[in-house]
Amino acid sequence: MTAANRRPEQPRDADHWARYVETLRVTGLREGAGARNVEGRRPMSPLQGFGKMWQKTFKVRLEGAKASPAEVVRTWREGFPELSGMGKGFLVPSGGLVPGAVALLGGGLTGVMVLYADEESFTYMTPEGHPFSGWITFSSHVAEDGTTVAQAQLLIRANDPLWEAMMPLGLHKMEDMTWQRTLRRVAAHFGADGRVETKVVCVDPKRQWRHYKNVRHNVLIRSALHALTAPLRWLGRRPGG
Amino acid sequence: MPQAQVTMEVRKVNDGVSVIDVKGELTAFAEGVLMDAYNQASDGGVRAIVLNFEGLEYMNSSGIGLLVTLLIRVNREKQRLLTYGLSDHYQNIFQITRLDDAIGIYGSEEEAVRAADTT
Repeated sequence: MTAANRRPEQPRDADHWARYVETLRVTGLREGAGARNVEGRRPMSPLQGFGKMWQKTFKVRLEGAKASPAEVVRTWREGFPELSGMGKGFLVPSGGLVPGAVALLGGGLTGVMVLYADEESFTYMTPEGHPFSGWITFSSHVAEDGTTVAQAQLLIRANDPLWEAMMPLGLHKMEDMTWQRTLRRVAAHFGADGRVETKVVCVDPKRQWRHYKNVRHNVLIRSALHALTAPLRWLGRRPGG
Repeated sequence: MPQAQVTMEVRKVNDGVSVIDVKGELTAFAEGVLMDAYNQASDGGVRAIVLNFEGLEYMNSSGIGLLVTLLIRVNREKQRLLTYGLSDHYQNIFQITRLDDAIGIYGSEEEAVRAADTT
């Protein structure tokens, strides 16, 4: 639905949000894009995860760039695979990163759903099995001194005990490096120098033990099991098998 | 940086329950206003905070993030967070973001206050 045909009683954010879905459906991707870890999975908020809750904010001032926040966000959204450094591992559906669209990461190991998108921000929500449950918001605004700022903000928990155990073993650092690199690339795209400010806050130090069963969706475990059982599936497909 | 386009008035409806009337836009810029309102609403050891969203005009994903961080603070203080006055559109957003798993949604102030009082 577009702004032009939106019913008058609807709020002006109505077109920016994904519609409610119980489980994710992967559409608009080339045939053969492996989506088994995403298709049929529920989207997860930071409330359904297992580990400590973190708010991570990465910011870069686009010193000297003339770009408006809307221009920064449009460029970021349209060029997300390249600007994030994920390249061909980030599969964008044919309709683009619009609210409700599901993109695949790691060549289909997991994915994200576009929860929200407007002119100056867009947000991904993760599915069951992903390392994190939560939201990642990319936005841009003008600072008080008139400089355009690009920002990525995560509100996340590790999804299950296995991912939580991996957080201090490099998962935290890997996540930080991904978004610091992304912001440096966004800055470079607009001709700015790209010094990234990072702020990490532990919003909730409690682990949610009632969600330990999330591990049954863990994409590493499921992918390993899928690989191990490949010979059985091959035997089952043989004539008379 | 834009200013918050929101006001939040706090009403104490009884010894255990405070209501925050949210009017305007819930975005990242509302953080200070929301946390001030919560601090005021928590005065006197209330058990439950009720957010009145009848006046909510706009909310983006940062606004939803603010509600999650508020919920964590409320839980830490052993309080409950409830809401009423959400339009169908905003109820849908609570569903898709799965906030409805953790924040009670009620049709009216009376229902929300009754629920807060009975637990």
